Amino acid sequence: MRIIKAYLLLSICTITLLSCSDDDSNPIVVTPLNKSGVIENYANIVYKNYQDAKTDAVSLKTVIDVFVATPTDANFTAAKTAWKTARESYGTTEAFRFANGPIDIDDNAPEGLLNSWPLDENYIDYVDGSANSGIINDLATYPTISKSVLEGLNTQGGDANVSVGYHAIEFLLWGQDLTIPSDLLAGQRPYTDFVDGGTAANQGRRRDYLAACAELLVDHLQLMINEWKPSGNYRATFLAENPDTALKNILGAIATLSKSELAGERMFVTYTNQNQEDEHSCFSDNTHRDIRLNLQGIANVYRGSYSSVSGVSLEDIITSTNPTLGAQITATLTLAETSIEATATPFDYAITDAGQRPLVATAVTTLQTLGDKFVEGGVALGINVTIQ
Amino acid sequence: MFEVVKAEEFAPLLLLILFYSNMKKLSPILFLLSILLSCSKDDEVYIPQGGDTNEQFSGGETTTFDFSQNAFSLQAPNLNTQEGLDFFVGNSLFNQNWVTAPASTTARDGLGPLFNAHSCSGCHGDDGRGRPPLYTGEVDHGSLLRLSIFGTNDNGGAINDPNYGGQLQDQSIQNIDTEAAFEISYQDITGQYADGTSYALQKPIYHITNLMYGPIANDINVSPRVANQMIGLGLLEAIDENTLLSFTDENDSNNDGISGRPNYVWDVASNSTKIGRFGWKANQPNLRQQVAGAFNGDMGITSTLFPDENCPPGVDCNTLPNGGSPEIPDNNLSHVTLYSSTLGVPARRDWDVTEIQEGKALFNQINCNSCHIPKIVTGNHPTIDALSNQIIRPYTDLLLHDMGDELSDNRADFLATGNEWRTPPLWGIGLIETVNGHNRLLHDGRARNIEEAILWHGGEAEESKLEFTNLDASKREKLIAFLNTL
Repeated sequence: MRIIKAYLLLSICTITLLSCSDDDSNPIVVTPLNKSGVIENYANIVYKNYQDAKTDAVSLKTVIDVFVATPTDANFTAAKTAWKTARESYGTTEAFRFANGPIDIDDNAPEGLLNSWPLDENYIDYVDGSANSGIINDLATYPTISKSVLEGLNTQGGDANVSVGYHAIEFLLWGQDLTIPSDLLAGQRPYTDFVDGGTAANQGRRRDYLAACAELLVDHLQLMINEWKPSGNYRATFLAENPDTALKNILGAIATLSKSELAGERMFVTYTNQNQEDEHSCFSDNTHRDIRLNLQGIANVYRGSYSSVSGVSLEDIITSTNPTLGAQITATLTLAETSIEATATPFDYAITDAGQRPLVATAVTTLQTLGDKFVEGGVALGINVTIQ
Repeated sequence: MFEVVKAEEFAPLLLLILFYSNMKKLSPILFLLSILLSCSKDDEVYIPQGGDTNEQFSGGETTTFDFSQNAFSLQAPNLNTQEGLDFFVGNSLFNQNWVTAPASTTARDGLGPLFNAHSCSGCHGDDGRGRPPLYTGEVDHGSLLRLSIFGTNDNGGAINDPNYGGQLQDQSIQNIDTEAAFEISYQDITGQYADGTSYALQKPIYHITNLMYGPIANDINVSPRVANQMIGLGLLEAIDENTLLSFTDENDSNNDGISGRPNYVWDVASNSTKIGRFGWKANQPNLRQQVAGAFNGDMGITSTLFPDENCPPGVDCNTLPNGGSPEIPDNNLSHVTLYSSTLGVPARRDWDVTEIQEGKALFNQINCNSCHIPKIVTGNHPTIDALSNQIIRPYTDLLLHDMGDELSDNRADFLATGNEWRTPPLWGIGLIETVNGHNRLLHDGRARNIEEAILWHGGEAEESKLEFTNLDASKREKLIAFLNTL
């Protein structure tokens, strides 16, 4: 109700403004901000980024299929490399979350199937001290391992009961990271866990599990492409929306990712608990890349540029509206990039080493400031941006 | 959120100044400003029926505006920077599963040996409300059975069952027997509105089965309790004690049949008796103790407030691995307490719709507001400024009321008798279905919707219940529709 009133107020006053202008001997040409340009460019970025993420997921699936057919150490290493590559293009897409968009609009949206975290390892497979735990080792309850079975089991009985997605694959490829952080090592699962007669039990089911997860990843990314492609359903809805609503969603998303998800959930919690398992990619020790890629995604959206896509940006219209504020946001974004880049790798070392911890704390503060600055940028555009 | 609304109202002003910044002429700006101010004045004249301006802001400045499944999960928007960060730490400890010690999850180990849930969110799913199990043997539903025998302990509280303690845990770690299971059967109770419409209620009867640690006391009192939504709890803690006492009418001096009184309960940290605020019988004096009590009773996690494991008879818990002494250290208990204090309260929806305002008038007319007090101003919160001096609309007095024999659990809890229950806050009641996929209400979740919850009211609330049953169908619908906007 208040929003409606605000628009009403705006239009009444705008009409007044125009009538003022008519009275003036030198009519003023009011150039509206190119909001629709920003919105269209954003849709192009989203589509291109999901295309890249899917391409890399298809590559990952191909390499995993090779490993599952021929489980050798070399093929295992190739699968791990392909997983890390796939995370690169997916990482920047996280800037499209929290935007009331198809990735996470509700509990049925695919985000939880792609990137659920943190994950209780013993829901999937054996863990240290519990050789028979997990879906893989529970033949009685889950006689068949299939895509539909695994998708149906995701987050059943608890948010951490993650059965599918990037982090389920990560756990299957690396295993628990039981190393001490200063050794700078990731999880040490042997490839023989996938070899009949090798280590651990139920190797065949583990292979089936891994292959099914890789295929699901491709399926779920395809859903995003269907929504955002030029003839896509959501793209049409998005472009037809009130421009201020679309911009509110876009800005609110990067403000939320920066201040809540990245600074809060992913960095400060881990920093405080000093607990490896609170890391986003704790098995592969790839969390430092997740963090950098999330911020890169934020920067892509704000600067209106990704890969071959480039156009009118939020940075452009905020800076032309309020040059001082625009310069401040740009500087804060750059500072955030510098401060994140300064944190140590891997992240479990950055949060546990006394000399490295202050750098993480600084990065957290900078990301919080960045989130707040995006809200101010919204105010400059006349948009009420909320951080979730 | 007040700030955001202000920003929204300023936005046109900013835009206009922007448009006019090219003109380099001052007078039109001043002219416009004056028009704008007059616009704003018109805006302010808009006062909703019912007279409570800003009544959509249920949690004062902690009010949030997400009405999705996340409605109960957002942090209050007015926290300071450090609180905002600490909230996330509390969130991780609240939402993620605790595991059996020893584990690589060093921050969250020590579950059990006996427990009801692996995490706080196991019962308070999405920071919302639990329900009774749907079938025998279902776990993680968000309800538990309190156990006690007659009499009071040295601190004035209930006396636990000698073998099964103060609550029945229906889960356990590997190699330790689970205490017992329970079954529920339902008895149908039918009634009729004055207009002839009939209704049916279901009264639960609990049967404890599979007792693994010897007999349970013959005079055992069993009190089922569901987990409550977590919103606005710090605001309730910030209500000045004198404000609560001003609501009391222990001898019913105004002859309205309603005689609220405070519970006075044991405060472990100060080793003294304090006014009770939290729990279905207001048996906890503050959130920190409520949280520590839940960690201990529901998850088997020790803390400095409750350092002892709930150890079943015949088991030497000293021989079991634990997650440290205590298992949740004080700083993390503080994080979860902060988290539990600062979940924002969702705003009202459709609060200014005529039918809703009529429903609210009916709510007041039949005296629901005598106990479900609509508006309270908080006092000073000891540690969190965002919760201090807030105008809130919790719809509770936090006092004990006799609710009649039908709702009685026979379990005394400090001053509360078996018939007495704390008035539960009603904020968020219309979003439980969205958040938790059910609308089970009252202490044991027996009511399947708001209407049934009203019909279960008895004792001091008997008169209001009767007046409700005398309303015609359209008025009943309006009253319930109003409650659904809370």
